[in-house]
Amino acid sequence: MEEIVRELTEAYGPSGAEGKVRELIQERIAPYVDEQRVDALGNLIACKRAGASPAVGRLMLAAHMDEIGLIVSYIDEKGFLRFHPMGGVFPLTLLGGRVVFENGTMGVIGIERWQEDKIPPMDKLFIDVGAASPAECPVKVGDIAGFHRPFFAQGTRWVGKAMDDRIGCAVLVEFLRQVKETIYDLYVVFTVQEEIGLRGAMVSAFAVEPDVAIAVDITTTGDYPESDKMAVELGKGVAIKVKDSGMIAHPGLRRHLVQLAEKAGIPYQLEVLRRGTTDAYAMQVSREGVPAGVLSIPTRYAHTPSEMVDQRDVRTAVDLLLHLVAQPMELGG
Amino acid sequence: MLLQRLSDAFGVSGCEEEVRNILAQTVRPYVDELRTDSLGNLIAIKRARAGVERPVRVMLAAHMDEVGLMITRIEKDGLLRFQPVGGIDPRLFPAKRVVIGKERVPGVIGVKPIHLLKPEERERVTPVEQMYIDIGATSKETAEKRVKVGDYAAFATRFGPHGLEGESRLVRGKAFDDRAGCAVLAAVLQGDPYPVELAAVFTVQEEVGLRGARVAAYALAPDVAIALEGTICDDLPKEKDQSPVTRVGKGPAITLADRSVVADRRLVRLLVDTAEQAGIPYQFKEPALGGTDAGAIHLTRAGVPSAALAVPSRYIHGPASVLSLDDLEHTIALVRAVLPRLQDWPEPKV
Amino acid sequence: MELLEIVKALSEAPGVAGFEAPVQELIRSYWKPYVHEFRTDALGNLIGLRRGQRPADAPARSIMLATHCDEIGLMVTGIEEGFLRFTSVGGIDARVLPGQEVTVFGRRELPGVIGLRPPHLVPAEQRQKPLPMDELFVDVGLSQEQAQKLVSIGDPIAFRVPALELENERVAGKAFDNRASVAVATVCLMTLQGMHHTWDVYAVATTQEEVGLRGAMVSAYGLAPDIAIAIDVTFGDGPGLSDAETFELGAGPVIAIGPNVHPALHEALVEAAKSLEIPYQIEPMPEHSGTDGWAIQVTREGIPTAVLSIPTQNMHSPVEVISLKDIRRAGRLLAGFISTLNEEFVRRLTFSLPE
Repeated sequence: MEEIVRELTEAYGPSGAEGKVRELIQERIAPYVDEQRVDALGNLIACKRAGASPAVGRLMLAAHMDEIGLIVSYIDEKGFLRFHPMGGVFPLTLLGGRVVFENGTMGVIGIERWQEDKIPPMDKLFIDVGAASPAECPVKVGDIAGFHRPFFAQGTRWVGKAMDDRIGCAVLVEFLRQVKETIYDLYVVFTVQEEIGLRGAMVSAFAVEPDVAIAVDITTTGDYPESDKMAVELGKGVAIKVKDSGMIAHPGLRRHLVQLAEKAGIPYQLEVLRRGTTDAYAMQVSREGVPAGVLSIPTRYAHTPSEMVDQRDVRTAVDLLLHLVAQPMELGG
Repeated sequence: MLLQRLSDAFGVSGCEEEVRNILAQTVRPYVDELRTDSLGNLIAIKRARAGVERPVRVMLAAHMDEVGLMITRIEKDGLLRFQPVGGIDPRLFPAKRVVIGKERVPGVIGVKPIHLLKPEERERVTPVEQMYIDIGATSKETAEKRVKVGDYAAFATRFGPHGLEGESRLVRGKAFDDRAGCAVLAAVLQGDPYPVELAAVFTVQEEVGLRGARVAAYALAPDVAIALEGTICDDLPKEKDQSPVTRVGKGPAITLADRSVVADRRLVRLLVDTAEQAGIPYQFKEPALGGTDAGAIHLTRAGVPSAALAVPSRYIHGPASVLSLDDLEHTIALVRAVLPRLQDWPEPKV
Repeated sequence: MELLEIVKALSEAPGVAGFEAPVQELIRSYWKPYVHEFRTDALGNLIGLRRGQRPADAPARSIMLATHCDEIGLMVTGIEEGFLRFTSVGGIDARVLPGQEVTVFGRRELPGVIGLRPPHLVPAEQRQKPLPMDELFVDVGLSQEQAQKLVSIGDPIAFRVPALELENERVAGKAFDNRASVAVATVCLMTLQGMHHTWDVYAVATTQEEVGLRGAMVSAYGLAPDIAIAIDVTFGDGPGLSDAETFELGAGPVIAIGPNVHPALHEALVEAAKSLEIPYQIEPMPEHSGTDGWAIQVTREGIPTAVLSIPTQNMHSPVEVISLKDIRRAGRLLAGFISTLNEEFVRRLTFSLPE
């Protein structure tokens, strides 16, 4: 599984430019699904039908392909690029960083003269691609850059940029590889533009009309020096979300996931995330409403170029999904 | 000129009737269906020319509403308190003239005379809650004869030419965001049918959350959509080498991405190719700024490939904007030229 | 049952956003005599259908009354030495928390207290600064081992406040945002029982309004009503607040005007109030109404919407104060209005065009 995680995290795919990641995933899952299609916004919707018919219901699983990025807003007379963030990008994570564009052009992030103790505002920063004028510049206004960092594995930890949410994509790819028995018609959706407003999930949920929906995304942890207090830690298992700032997981679905994990002896943690949300919010309020939940991969240093997860948590997420699709759900009231 | 009538018309978000009536009368002879919906959108369907099988449905949206004010309270002394409707920089309010309600009761947003201001007061921006509109009434009773709580107020600007007479193509007026877009759309609707079906929507309540466009797109379920706007133009002298967002006189501005939408890349390419082939000047709007009806439309139902095209307008969201009639005409020309090329969407017609 | 009893019970019932089942059980019991069918949707909205007496040739029409039943509250985020750390669910001013009594919904209902260090031990300047939420704990009187057995991360916590009858038919308690409106809907349904109405009425106790109008979004989509009225609360008058932003308790229900309100619906509600001689107040809402109405209006192809509010003092604190008079009048106003609904009204809703 490490291979797919490496490939996916290193691939280029900021919000609005997910094509390369989508192609990679299309290839990897082709042997394991009945059909795939790409919708109007670029979501990859893959369908694997239930073993027996009729299916017990329609289950949508979503992970987003996009990573946060920077969109070129202006090229100045000397060939330096000004930019705006696509998604939650913090200026501190950019200083001295390297970015890459869709056509392979590399850039370095520079900063205007800034002596103060305060965090520099985004408009003090610029990207230097080595051009001396707009005419010489290999990228255009509107082009989008993503972080450029290699993946590495050390002990049980995996580190890379875009673990949010390539790790979720990897979980779903691995799940599709392993799944033998499903009583649900599975719609596995690799969504676009989550980081800029859950946009892919909104339209794909409308099209799929699931009976139940689960997003696989990351969550933060409370286990590093002076972190925000949070009960989630690396290595303690997949996090089953209770609430984040966008949604409250369907309590019956959340309880079902907990029971499944306990019966199967899968380590898990309960998650309350103060700031941040996932595609599940969009899926939950689609049409007349969908019971929705989230399986989260605990991640340190989220939205930086070096997000860290623990392999064990990732594998428990896959395991829990495999159990989920083999059994009926009683979601209760 | 239609732009003049539209610009002078009263149409703050939630109260677009006057603008809607002008547009309905203007476009009625050229469309096959004309109706309103439950939010007040004006929906005009212009069917495709005869012989086109299963025509592509193209939604073109331009919003009728402008930013303005709402009267929130009438004080004992006859002065009116207000809140903005839509995003207005509070620094624009002092000393402006407004008109209130259907009867256009004139008022002024008062300011303390400079002689009486303490130095620190001149440095501060007065919060909206402390401002007031004066309609000349001296008591609550007399004020209530003319206005009521909940009435809307718009800036009192009158449309006019701008720059050197005989030479300049610039005009000045309020609400170019988005009466310019409405003028473009009305012009596009005139003339012969296209090889696509036009679902033209003059939308309401864009300025308070893209609300009209959202329900209209749900009802119409278009195959593709283009929002037509009057957009941010900041081509003023600057200290730093930074983006003007758009420039007056450089042609219609194509959105690559703003805060509400990442424009469909195929549509953008089509607009660029069409402009280049037809010799129409065009520019790109600085990405990641502002939002348009395309933001709501592209997320309806299972998703709609969408783009936005705009007439650059200086000083939008304020009392007096400036735009170039050349840009307006080029925008109309570009839309007219791109529509036939949508005939085989998603395969662009070469 | 007397209105005062209903209002007190609704206030005291627990129902933190996302966990509304307990209060919905109570609501169901109040609405049962006046409703033909109940159902609950995927987000837990409680939908009660009261059928109208429709003449055979008339088209089916319905009005949705949205009255959110969730309240703001807290949620367990950690267990340390038997004490519970928490975060807010919905907009809570942390300054109301110290010294507050709560109920923790763990494996059992556990009474708790949000403690504050004794003033003797806190330096004077610190006592001048409010404590941020992440420095507060809930004390449930348990050891770490006991707490871990009985409480989980994610358990909801509600304020525990007995409702208090005050002078002038006023009542103080928690969650009048929005239980006061649930009471309004109850009065409306009771009043309709004695009236003739042709339109179906969907009384919906929506969920999760406090965390983003979510119940309203999906219930409106599912019901696709012809019109909708969101019943919520607005700011009641009080010291330190300008009367530009507040409304008088006891002066009648508040009818909103603004982009969120269909102008014909606004007019019709004002007309109904006048003809029923019910005092009312007008609330200008220039933008987001802050109610379920904002979500409902842009559902599907759009739904003509209005917003009716009950003035409430000390909003989003455990001592909200409302007037029973306003609740009674609002309920009667709605019932009176609903009984006038007919096809002619649907025509009034159309934005007409010139020839």
